[in-house]
Amino acid sequence: MPADDAGTSDSAREGEVIRTEGLTKVFPGGVKAVDNLDLSLRRGEIFGLLGPNGAGKTTTVGMLTSMVIPTEGSAVVGGVDVIAHPALAKQAIGVVPQTNTLDRSLSVEENLYFHGRFFGMSARDAKTEATRLLEKFWLTDRASAEVLELSGGMAQRLMVARAVMHRPAILFLDEPTAGLDPQSRIALWQILHELHAEGQTILLTTHYMEEADQLCNRVAIMDHGRILALDTPGALKRGVGADTIVTVSADGHLDELAGLLEARVPGVTNAKRVDSTVQLLATGSKGVLPAVVTAAEQGGFTVTDLSLAEPTLETVFINLTGKELRD
Amino acid sequence: MATTATPRTADAAGVSLTTARRNTVTASWVAFKALLLRDLTVLRKQLNEFLPRTLLQPFLLVFVFTYVFPKIGQGVGGGTGPVAESAFATLLVAGVVGITILFQGIQSVALPMVQEFGYTKEIEDRVLAPLPVSLVALGKVTSGAIQGLIAALLVFPIAAVVPANDVHLEFNWPVVLTLVPLACITSSALGLTFGTRFEPRTVPMMFGVIVIPLTFLGCVYYSWTALGPIKIWGFSWLKWLVLVNPLVYMSEGFRGAFTTADHMSLAVVYLALAGFAALFLYLGINGFKKRVLS
Repeated sequence: MPADDAGTSDSAREGEVIRTEGLTKVFPGGVKAVDNLDLSLRRGEIFGLLGPNGAGKTTTVGMLTSMVIPTEGSAVVGGVDVIAHPALAKQAIGVVPQTNTLDRSLSVEENLYFHGRFFGMSARDAKTEATRLLEKFWLTDRASAEVLELSGGMAQRLMVARAVMHRPAILFLDEPTAGLDPQSRIALWQILHELHAEGQTILLTTHYMEEADQLCNRVAIMDHGRILALDTPGALKRGVGADTIVTVSADGHLDELAGLLEARVPGVTNAKRVDSTVQLLATGSKGVLPAVVTAAEQGGFTVTDLSLAEPTLETVFINLTGKELRD
Repeated sequence: MATTATPRTADAAGVSLTTARRNTVTASWVAFKALLLRDLTVLRKQLNEFLPRTLLQPFLLVFVFTYVFPKIGQGVGGGTGPVAESAFATLLVAGVVGITILFQGIQSVALPMVQEFGYTKEIEDRVLAPLPVSLVALGKVTSGAIQGLIAALLVFPIAAVVPANDVHLEFNWPVVLTLVPLACITSSALGLTFGTRFEPRTVPMMFGVIVIPLTFLGCVYYSWTALGPIKIWGFSWLKWLVLVNPLVYMSEGFRGAFTTADHMSLAVVYLALAGFAALFLYLGINGFKKRVLS
């Protein structure tokens, strides 16, 4: 096979690391996991796919990493058509999957060493690079440990180290902090910030809105296999059209309460029931809380809890789908 | 903190090396060799598991049948006395080497793969190495075959030395040097087929319903040509039935390769083993692709 430039897309734009058009995956049985996805990732950005479980995030990553074969559409990763030339595309891809896929038959250091060898490093380079990465990812004192001896956070760091070992054009992380304790999560965020600062392009999936907000330059909000909104976290939040979110817990008929508050409280642009609370979007927080209490009591409701917050990506998601991210 | 993306010049930072992409054929070959190196490193690290699991069963087989039985005067292989015992020991050497190679296919390919697909998913990193998925599967077959070869080399001296009576060896080197590797590949490919089709839950069934019958009906303890007298309505049913078993061709072929015992035609042996190898490679590689790609 004439491999050197096989699959290199002429239409790939300068500085574009991923481009998909109409990417669709229908699993046997008819489940449409990803529906007509158009994505474009720029070099050097951290891009987040935010959505609940089952939104199609993992399937999307699977298609971009050659593990899931798309039903329709095209995907170019690192300038290579992944569907036509998966083996070539894999050179440009680093993956941190959801589950621990470290090689349990090898030590911590050997996991890195052999990964480097798979990607064509010489024995010497692989050894040097493994040592450097162990240092960078705070794993040096565990170099000869068995993989099963690592804590969840350490295993995750080792998987990230392994994924960047061959210097991929794009690093994929699928739910990287799911199941990690808060400290390990922060450590991982720090690592991702560092990689980003070094110029690494990153695509991560998450159902933690803080994670998307904290880490990502741009976020695509995904549900039922489709992208509902795509922008910077700041722009997404501004798009809500409110600067204050009031969450009201009360006894009684909440849909009725929502209607009442929307009509009577000045500055409220939108009110809806979200699970067992009423959520108000308001512009200007001044005087909102007393007004909410007064209006509710006049309407015969007893407010049991009240809180005020700035819009988050969660708000954006609720606005788009009418449901919470984590249900 | 979230702001608009600020694309950086990745190459300057030394992170992205997309431009340095290598030719797929070269990259695949390098990755293939590294996969073998990984498997052999694991073998070296787990030698303390490899040796007993490889040596004990053949040793016991030979020890009981060709040492204990003659010593206690219990006849096997149709007779007692040094001549019959020596003939049986000769017959068994080939069978023991065959069974050893077959078991390597199961132990070094099928069982780890069942684990990796069933629980650990750790094969995923190797599947993401820059080579076609079918070559990852072929790499597994190759390293399994190498382990089979090592096992055969270790077991052969045991089978030849332990028996109480002489084993009549006669090496046909061209046959030894071609048939042993072919048997190793066939067994390893069989291991791949099983490894991609069985779940951790069904492994006991794989042993009980497939592996055990294969070994008992694999012409390990008897020669295929001797099965003729087992007849129903004048038809040597067992002699024909066991022909579906690849181990039969290994045992019989090895009889021709390094003993003076009677054996099946070597042309049939080569043809059948090559056919089985092709079949299992096809089933195994396809099964592997089905398990890793969706």
